[in-house]
Amino acid sequence: MSRVEGEASLAIRLKGDQIRDVRLKIFEPPRLFEALLSGRHFSELPDITARICGICPVAYQMTSVHAIERALDTTVDPSVRLLRRLLYAGEWLESHALHVYLLHMPDFLGYPDAIDMARAHRTEVENALRIKKIGNAIMSLLGGREIHPVSVTVGGFYKVPSKAELEVLIEDLKWGLDQAIANMRRIGQFEFPDFEEDYEFVALSHPDEYPFNEGRLISSKGLDIDVREYERHFSERQVKHSNALHSQIRDRGSYLVGALARVNLNFSKLPEVAKQAAEDAGLRIPCRNPFKSIIARGAEMIFALHEALRIISVYEPPASPSVPVPARAGSGCAITEAPRGSLYNRYSFDENGLLQSALIVPPTSQNQKRIEEDLWTFLPPLSSLPTNELARRCEQLVRSYDPCISCATHFLRVNVERE
Amino acid sequence: MSSKAARNLRLAVFKFASCDGCQLSLLDLEDELLTLADKVEIAYFPEASSKMKKGPYDIGLVEGSVTTQHDAERIQEIRRQCKMLVTIGACATAGGIQALRNWHDVKQWVGQIYAKPEFIHTLATSTPIAKHVLVDFELRGCPINKHQLLELLSAVAVGRKPNIPTYSVCVECKRRGNTCIAVAQGVACLGPVTQAGCGAICPAYGRGCYGCFGPAETSSTEILSAHLLAQGNANDALQRSFRTFNAWAEPFRKAST
Repeated sequence: MSRVEGEASLAIRLKGDQIRDVRLKIFEPPRLFEALLSGRHFSELPDITARICGICPVAYQMTSVHAIERALDTTVDPSVRLLRRLLYAGEWLESHALHVYLLHMPDFLGYPDAIDMARAHRTEVENALRIKKIGNAIMSLLGGREIHPVSVTVGGFYKVPSKAELEVLIEDLKWGLDQAIANMRRIGQFEFPDFEEDYEFVALSHPDEYPFNEGRLISSKGLDIDVREYERHFSERQVKHSNALHSQIRDRGSYLVGALARVNLNFSKLPEVAKQAAEDAGLRIPCRNPFKSIIARGAEMIFALHEALRIISVYEPPASPSVPVPARAGSGCAITEAPRGSLYNRYSFDENGLLQSALIVPPTSQNQKRIEEDLWTFLPPLSSLPTNELARRCEQLVRSYDPCISCATHFLRVNVERE
Repeated sequence: MSSKAARNLRLAVFKFASCDGCQLSLLDLEDELLTLADKVEIAYFPEASSKMKKGPYDIGLVEGSVTTQHDAERIQEIRRQCKMLVTIGACATAGGIQALRNWHDVKQWVGQIYAKPEFIHTLATSTPIAKHVLVDFELRGCPINKHQLLELLSAVAVGRKPNIPTYSVCVECKRRGNTCIAVAQGVACLGPVTQAGCGAICPAYGRGCYGCFGPAETSSTEILSAHLLAQGNANDALQRSFRTFNAWAEPFRKAST
């Protein structure tokens, strides 16, 4: 994969209180996914693209199947659509719980990690792990395992659960919903750095629901397009210091995807409990403070739990787990909302259903440019801080984006050079 | 107090070219993580902690394959720092899906993706860790099974041999009580030649095993290939089925050429 999130460092050059340069360097070794997919049969793609990211394999599987189904003109059963939302809810819950409780929260409470945090806050960390486990339980039930689940296929699922099998989750989901709401009160008490930027938020938007798999791509500055027009409005540029390509909106520049963008653009579609909890925690729309993305993720966890309960209550198994998908030549694209933001895939197939070309634009490459721009304004007032402290603050800002686990968290090496 | 600390294993986790999923398995041990942290000192695990303690370590878990010159050098230093080195997952153990480049011209691949290929430094091959340094133990899977990881750590902590079976998926498939989908439905299934460890989830979910735990200790890929061809599977589809996450592992590599 050419743009995968992963190993990164942040290089900052300062002269006095003036920034000379800020570069988020992503040197995760390129895995060249778009090239290695070439010649594969469409039915093999969801399993292969999942391996781009072990933290959000469902996002890759979902975007893949939707793009392929558009290319091959396939419509799935409404119950399959529901199950895909449920699977995605499981991934959001797991991924957000990991970031909010285990990776991000230690920043606010002053710990190097959740394990240290657990020495003083054992019950809270145990509860956090239990919420995370509910997300994993959804994925394991639907997909056989939590990382790289095996049940997703083009046209549906290899196997679907009965209603009774899903109902086993209800008790835990209800507990999780109460706990996630209680945790938001705690999050609301955190001290957030006073920092705002005039972001262009970009996310899917659907007329009836909070977006996972479908919708138009909209922005806070007037963009409103069909997903098929994506490449006309967005472009990618290679920069020397990064193995991940930088995305931008043509003629306009950087933008922001992810939980904060989704919540800003789709607040009215959140269930009342999630809206209420977010407001109680101090979130006001528009919220342009990236540190408050922890509240946005918290609200989306409540949504995911609530949505999972709703889906289980209305679910009836489809007549068949999947519809047959005959091979034919075609092209198709899709965007779905990965935990970290909009994920774009485009594929073309020959008449035997073998892949001719692929384009994959992950959320982190879309946020890279925005992260660098944030630092240009965030840094100058802090430039007199000791270098260690300055580095820590910058790392926290970058982490608030949850760019991807390894670069989002603590592998980030911050090099501050003073002239 | 200090004697207790001295008894604790010092654990380190390292990442090479990979998806992060195998090291995430450690954090996916939701019920055991805090207990584990009482018994094992997690000294270096950048995915989870900003506390990064220097080596040497008792046990190093390595995720990912070697695809850059820098990583080829880094693994040498890591080996020196770790008393016991364990590869976790298909990338570290077999080269991963990115090892498909080993059959192709990587320069052309890079040129296909990057406008300025000269900025990209990557090796022509993706190779397993054991190609570079001595590996003491390997955990298979794409991703690994978190319970096998826990078994490994528990065994190392008390100094016994980990109980990780090397027989095929068929054994655990039978044990799970699955109807054999290869026999009953004629589905192409790599179970007979793939190492157990996943719990035979693919057959349990109505599809053939796709080999993500790599070749089993005794895997007769020729017999399976002949059988699948006789069943009417196309040669190119068969080749692709071996060329996934463990494509560069010797028996699968041979079976796909």
